[in-house]
Amino acid sequence: MSQPILSLKNVSKGYGAKGARTEVLRDISLEVREGEFVAIVGYSGSGKTTFINMLAGLLKPDSGEVLLDGKPITGPGPDRGLVFQNYSLLPWLTVTENIALAVDSVFPTWSQEQKSAHIAKYIAMVKLTKAAGKLPRELSGGMRQRVSVARALAMDSRVLLLDEPLSALDALTRANLQDDISEIWQSSRKTVVWITNDPDEAILLADRVIPLLPTAPATLGQAIDIPLARPRDRSAINHDPQFKALRNQLINLLLAAKEKSRTTVSKKLVLPDILPEDISTPNSIQYLTRRGPRRRSEEKREELEVAS
Amino acid sequence: MNLTLFQKLKLESVMLPALAILGCCLIWYVIAGKSVTTVKTDDWGDTVKVTKRSGISADLPTPVETWTASKAYITDPFAKRGELDQGILRFTWLSLKLVAQGYFLALLIGTPIGFLLGLSKKFSMAFDPIIQILRPVSPLAWLPLGMILFSGVKVMDAGGRTTFGASDAAALFTIAICAMWPTVMNTAVGVRAVPQDYLNVAKVLKLSRTKTLWKVLVPATLPYMFTGFRLSLGIAWLVIVAVEMLTGRPGVGGFLWQQYNANSFAHIILCINVIGLVGYVLDRLMSLAESKLKTA
Repeated sequence: MSQPILSLKNVSKGYGAKGARTEVLRDISLEVREGEFVAIVGYSGSGKTTFINMLAGLLKPDSGEVLLDGKPITGPGPDRGLVFQNYSLLPWLTVTENIALAVDSVFPTWSQEQKSAHIAKYIAMVKLTKAAGKLPRELSGGMRQRVSVARALAMDSRVLLLDEPLSALDALTRANLQDDISEIWQSSRKTVVWITNDPDEAILLADRVIPLLPTAPATLGQAIDIPLARPRDRSAINHDPQFKALRNQLINLLLAAKEKSRTTVSKKLVLPDILPEDISTPNSIQYLTRRGPRRRSEEKREELEVAS
Repeated sequence: MNLTLFQKLKLESVMLPALAILGCCLIWYVIAGKSVTTVKTDDWGDTVKVTKRSGISADLPTPVETWTASKAYITDPFAKRGELDQGILRFTWLSLKLVAQGYFLALLIGTPIGFLLGLSKKFSMAFDPIIQILRPVSPLAWLPLGMILFSGVKVMDAGGRTTFGASDAAALFTIAICAMWPTVMNTAVGVRAVPQDYLNVAKVLKLSRTKTLWKVLVPATLPYMFTGFRLSLGIAWLVIVAVEMLTGRPGVGGFLWQQYNANSFAHIILCINVIGLVGYVLDRLMSLAESKLKTA
């Protein structure tokens, strides 16, 4: 096995001041090999964005280390292309200009023709040649995310990091874009870390799916290898027993973790000290069997389930 | 009547303001003093005409008197009969020239200060108290300080005439320092409001500092900055009158003060109207540019 291109070693991260610090991620270890497509699946709010921001270098881990090619990541850089959940295109630049901004900064020595050919190539790759001169607000959500993907690809980075790239899109657009990205990936074989909240999407696209378990703080669960042959056909795969089994396995992992993290809190409630009478109980000898209203204080304890 | 809704609206939008203006003029007329001329025979046996003004405010000219007195200045707006006796548009032009210079000085100084305030928490903490204290100071208070500051300034042309003296420098200084605050504050707010996403993009792309400034920060702040520019222009126009009054420079404000001293009250009203109209036009122009910018 080759050396991992990206590796996290016992990484933890929390937010807040020293006293009231809540840990979001604990003891995350992960190795991504060159050319691998890894998907991280987790509930929303379980620290997925924190996770990818550490890979991107926008956040520093509290403990542990994040390595790229064996060297620790000290900050953001163009060797890790990042696709944001909300596209993050600059609204005053056209599609071409948005990508050119990235290309200019990564390949400052290239000639103008070289740059524009490079940009045009990636715009064509995401099928936006016709919209190249448009501003982001003239594009649909799906098209904007395509631009964002093209921008990340055009940086020719070692690793591509995608933070829930499709979760803001409607289901049909999402399916289309999944197929396109899958196609692009198969031709380029770039190393990809894909964050998502959709188990199906993860299994459909990735070589390896790792659940981010919503324990508090979150940890990575057991990785699931996806041995499905490529290209994977969306409609056929739905009936594939192997796909179904993988999906069940993944969803069960996530659900089990959620179940475990559900805590029972017992606490006293301050309520009126009375409960309604049970009128439905038939009582023939009225004054002997039927008790008056029950008092809440007579009940010893209440168990409340609170989902965390 | 067969008026469409649009026509009705248009009619109303013309008629109602016209009625209001008419109403104001009527009140003005009622308050204003009227000249009453009586013919008397004096002690020498000659008949003399005696003109007396009476009314609620005896010295205030009526609308008609104002018009007759101002006609020369309006119908021949570019005439130059003397240093302080010129057509009204000529005065306006002189004032506008000075405002433009002071205003651009204000933008030139105010915008970078706003950026510094927005970008650096430490800078903002250090200078916020000073700015909050200097901001409400009236132009009338700044002008004497400007006079002292620039008392040595004297630029002379070939003929030995001063083309740019201490009072010019003080005027520019006053306009700039009074007009720059809205630009400073709005730019600072705009810079602080730049979405973190854009800054993250700049970080991931490893843009240099200058590139981040020009490609990300400035375009993202531009709408806020422009609101500041517009407010600043309004203040610059307010300040010009005070500055011209104090320095006696030719211009709308200088003319106004001079005419007050010359007991020519009708011209004061003329000046007030012109100042208001020019201010309104400037504000409309700026908001037009602003809306263009927002859609761009």
